[in-house]
Amino acid sequence: MKPVFMTYTKKDLINLAVCMVLSVLVIPTFITTEYWYTSILIPWLCLALATIGQQIVMGYTGQLALGAAGFMAAGAFAMFNLILRVPDLGFVGSLIVSGLIAAGFGILFGLPSLKVRGIYLMVATLASQFFIIWMIDKFGWFKNYDSSGIITAQDIVILGKPFTTPLAMYFVCLAVTTVLTLLAMNMARGSTGRNWMAVRDMDIAAESMGVSLLRTKVQAFAISAFYCGVAGALFAFCYLKSLEPVAFDIKLSFKILFMCILGGLGTINGAFIGAAFILLFPVLLNAIGNNVFHGAIDATIISSIEQVIFGGLMIIFMIYEPLGMAKLWENIKQKWKTKIPSSTNIKSSLSKKT
Amino acid sequence: MALERKFKIGKPILEVKNISLSFGGVKAITDTSFDVLEHEVRAIIGPNGAGKSSMLNCINGIYKPQQGTVSFKGKEVPNITPNIMAQMGLSRTFQNLALFKRMSVLDNILVGRKLHTKTNFLEVAFQLPKVKKEEKLNRDRSEEIVSFLEIEDIKDTPVGKLPYGLQKKVELGRALATDSSIILLDEPMAGMNVEEKRDMCRFILKVNDELGTTMVLIEHDMGVVMDISDRVVVLDYGKVIGDGTPDEVRSNQKVIDAYLGVEH
Repeated sequence: MKPVFMTYTKKDLINLAVCMVLSVLVIPTFITTEYWYTSILIPWLCLALATIGQQIVMGYTGQLALGAAGFMAAGAFAMFNLILRVPDLGFVGSLIVSGLIAAGFGILFGLPSLKVRGIYLMVATLASQFFIIWMIDKFGWFKNYDSSGIITAQDIVILGKPFTTPLAMYFVCLAVTTVLTLLAMNMARGSTGRNWMAVRDMDIAAESMGVSLLRTKVQAFAISAFYCGVAGALFAFCYLKSLEPVAFDIKLSFKILFMCILGGLGTINGAFIGAAFILLFPVLLNAIGNNVFHGAIDATIISSIEQVIFGGLMIIFMIYEPLGMAKLWENIKQKWKTKIPSSTNIKSSLSKKT
Repeated sequence: MALERKFKIGKPILEVKNISLSFGGVKAITDTSFDVLEHEVRAIIGPNGAGKSSMLNCINGIYKPQQGTVSFKGKEVPNITPNIMAQMGLSRTFQNLALFKRMSVLDNILVGRKLHTKTNFLEVAFQLPKVKKEEKLNRDRSEEIVSFLEIEDIKDTPVGKLPYGLQKKVELGRALATDSSIILLDEPMAGMNVEEKRDMCRFILKVNDELGTTMVLIEHDMGVVMDISDRVVVLDYGKVIGDGTPDEVRSNQKVIDAYLGVEH
């Protein structure tokens, strides 16, 4: 497909336009309940952003990393301290700098990837999760010596205007997520993404083509941590509206990992699909529990069922569609469009030769 | 073979001197020396386990030989790594296919353009004009290689889905995309049928002829090698037992013994 605008094809532009109309016009007009913004849309955008970070390091570069929530915590607390101590930076400036601080941690904890791989790397990256949380807990400075344990996040002020209503915060998250998603797409489709994938698919060949493993891996970890850091800051300031290290525990890291895998490794749209699924599924189950069974099923049982179904889905996806929901969606679209299997072009090339 | 070569065979471009490589107690290569001249097609042959692939891996820096040196373009390379050799203009293919399986054919070839990509990730993220210019140049060159290898109709297929013979072709394409002055081919024709082999030979000669790329290939099919190479070096048990033109090698008693066996 020929690109029509920069590197985007016509289809991409249509998709982008549809998403923008949906998120900017349709959602704000039709959804008026605060619940949807504060409990679903805002966390969805934040977690999708963190999942993109996880995608970059795991889906594209093939480095099993498990510490996204640690980088999110780094971003969130960096944001808190920047707004507190360097108010001149402004919200957007602080957001970028907190991302960069998280990226610094990303580089540090990405270094083991040069020596260890696979499941061992996963264990090594867990260090980031525990170290960052420990550091924030240990040194009171990070929490501004607040003894209560939970700090209230400052109000978001951009160019002198407060963004405090759920709708306004939704727009803040939407804007940041949109910009960063586009940048991630550009990287993933360009030479940067090709280097990542080359390292993922066959590192020795990548090296023989002149791709530096050190630079590519560290770069992926840094960018990934940047995304997680920004996502963490938004998560704390727009969704939680408070800062506590406990919110960024290992459970959140696993959640992001699941979003990444269920959504589809190595896809950007998979990050959004995966995040939506994992966030909405419990809501859906609760709704079923309340409306179909009229509360006859205990809430704790419902949340247990949720875990069981997640576990089952993970196994099913790993076996039947390791590339996740994004790939499933792609397959459905393909089947819709044509009844011809995708291997036809290979066959035709073979028959031409013989 | 062409009567008049566009690129005349010149001075040595790659010199391997006294390489010895052992894995623990197993000696893979013992004191091996040979050279490769600019613009020639040089073959390394030998029976299974003769140390041919290990030799390529030493040249390319994947293995570190215990002894010996590799000089490339007149310079001795002290700390050989695959990356340094790539930057100096040496590219290679692998015996057991080392393609990027989940990427399309064109993307695989585009990775070969890495060393001609100077823009960094931030410039790529913001799609600056120079990124677009560079990407277009790289894409054009890759498309050229795709049509050179006659694989236009599979260029968007993920490589993992392709049959073996085509994958070998893509790997050659990726090596070509680097615009290297020398390409090492590790068994480019292994596992191919006669027709595919003939095809591959044609491409190797075409590359050598039209681009002047020096080709070093490993093969154990004697027939094919003798037809296309200018000079042949024969390894057996990690040692050079013959070196010269195909005719010289063919009449070398040691080579005949190694291939056919000797009476004891």
